[in-house]
Amino acid sequence: MADNKGILVVGEVAEGKLLPITAEILGAGRRLADELKEQLSCFLIGAQMGDAGKAAVAAGADKVYVADDAQLKDYENSTYMQVMEKAVAEVAPRIIIMGQTANGRDLAPRLAFKLGVSAVMDCLELAIDQATRLMQCTRAVYGGNAKAIFTSEAVPQIATVRTKASSPLAPDAGRKGDVVPFAVALDASKIKAKVLQMVKEEVAGIKIEDAAAVVAGGRGLGGPEPFSKELADLARILKGAVGASRPPCDNKWVPDSIQVGLTGKIIAPELYIAVGISGSSQHMSGCAGSKCIVAINKDPEANIFKEARFGVVGDWKVVLPAFMAKVKELLQ
Amino acid sequence: MNMIVCCKQVLDPEAAPSTFKLDAANNRMVQPPEVKPVINPYDEQAVEAALRIKDTDKAGNKVTIISLGNNLLRDVVKKPLSMGADELILLEDPAFEGGDSYAVASALAAAIKKVGPFDLIFCGRQESEWDDGQVGSGLAELLGIPSVTVAKKVEVQSGGTVKVERVVADGFQVLEVQYPALITVSNELGEARYATLKGIMAASKKQPIVWKPADIGVDKAGAAARKTRVVKLFQPVKEGKCDIISADSPAEAGALLAQKLRENKVI
Repeated sequence: MADNKGILVVGEVAEGKLLPITAEILGAGRRLADELKEQLSCFLIGAQMGDAGKAAVAAGADKVYVADDAQLKDYENSTYMQVMEKAVAEVAPRIIIMGQTANGRDLAPRLAFKLGVSAVMDCLELAIDQATRLMQCTRAVYGGNAKAIFTSEAVPQIATVRTKASSPLAPDAGRKGDVVPFAVALDASKIKAKVLQMVKEEVAGIKIEDAAAVVAGGRGLGGPEPFSKELADLARILKGAVGASRPPCDNKWVPDSIQVGLTGKIIAPELYIAVGISGSSQHMSGCAGSKCIVAINKDPEANIFKEARFGVVGDWKVVLPAFMAKVKELLQ
Repeated sequence: MNMIVCCKQVLDPEAAPSTFKLDAANNRMVQPPEVKPVINPYDEQAVEAALRIKDTDKAGNKVTIISLGNNLLRDVVKKPLSMGADELILLEDPAFEGGDSYAVASALAAAIKKVGPFDLIFCGRQESEWDDGQVGSGLAELLGIPSVTVAKKVEVQSGGTVKVERVVADGFQVLEVQYPALITVSNELGEARYATLKGIMAASKKQPIVWKPADIGVDKAGAAARKTRVVKLFQPVKEGKCDIISADSPAEAGALLAQKLRENKVI
């Protein structure tokens, strides 16, 4: 595959709109494509995707292939793999980029192994090595306790990119690019699974990934009540959302969908208030991009104080009500 | 159901960040000897998923564990046996060291072919050292079987299918999958069971089967079978410039914190 050229981004669309992660990886892909002076293509796979193709051009793509088919409405890997195999054969890219989403982390390894290569998952940064024209991928390893730079000589190089790790371009409706349909005759005999149902577990109020302020609690809160009382009250005052580290989710104090961390949500709010959270590397992987981290913890040795900008050492039961009262007063 | 669970011995991810030291010469992290390795926590949950199925019909169900590495500590890798698994196969040899997900999945695929027919393979969603999350899906691709990743519930149904709840960003998908299949398991499945005293006694009597690369017909393993290369492994320096707000009482410190945030235009 020595003649492979260009970069292929696999985008995701929900309700006719590009997901934010897709705009982010199109931004990252655009920068690599410009450095290589090659084309940036984008594949959108789904059903009833509206104007998402145009949005992908505005976000940086030179050519967008839209595989729009009722059978592709829900993600399922044996179905999507059929589209991806044809896509790779058609475009023959040197680099493939996906988002580190539920679908990207499922699809990228299967596609990579099918092509006889290995992907580099959950990358924070992608760069081109000028001498070899190969991509180098930086990612967190050992639960965030170290970082590593990976590369591979095998083509195509495949990477998934972490949410909020790269910045999208400012959307430019005047950008020129082609949007073309991509038809795939799906082979029913290769489809090994079917989606019976999609169950939404939406939390009321602002979504944690969209909130400018997040108030998160950990094991130190001792039970479910503080999440629905004190933390929810503070989140309301700050017009933000409530989050949690892993132990409260594992203990069923709060729904899994508000877990912040390496294997939960990766968020980057303006303000992240960590209450009773020790700050393991796994947890910090989910919130390290926050502009300002504030920690309240009774253990002065807690790792969270190495990561936070402001901290109070003390029992949250005493610190939080006083903090909240003062915040309320200041915001009035 | 004939089930296989892949389990990896890892550095203890729950240990304090300060215990992780860089071994730059070998491109890996190490921990001091007093920090004992563990079974990757997600892999323990994969064992749990298999045991829950085994519990439903003890007569016809079997759970085989496969672990790959070198210098594997017997009391660590035997933990799944003490939880209730039936058999342990170790792919253990210096040649297995230094592999990436491709090298590991290739060796596991070869071993599983040698084990013989199976219905379900379980893996943890990712291991806690390289946090790659590729071995499960990659192994399924190499074996040519369907896969479902990040499951929180697995139920065997009649007619050769399993029903799987797969965690996604805003909820979960319910899928019906034909088996043989591979399923990766997440913490949402719920806590793995503890080893019982009876289980520990039984496990201590069981001898693992040990296979070397030649036993599974693999001529390149570990570092020699890699598809990716580590250019550099490093520990980013943390500045640690936390402004600890102290006052006469914790309550006063709380109020002062609010004021500080205001002064710095954070709120």
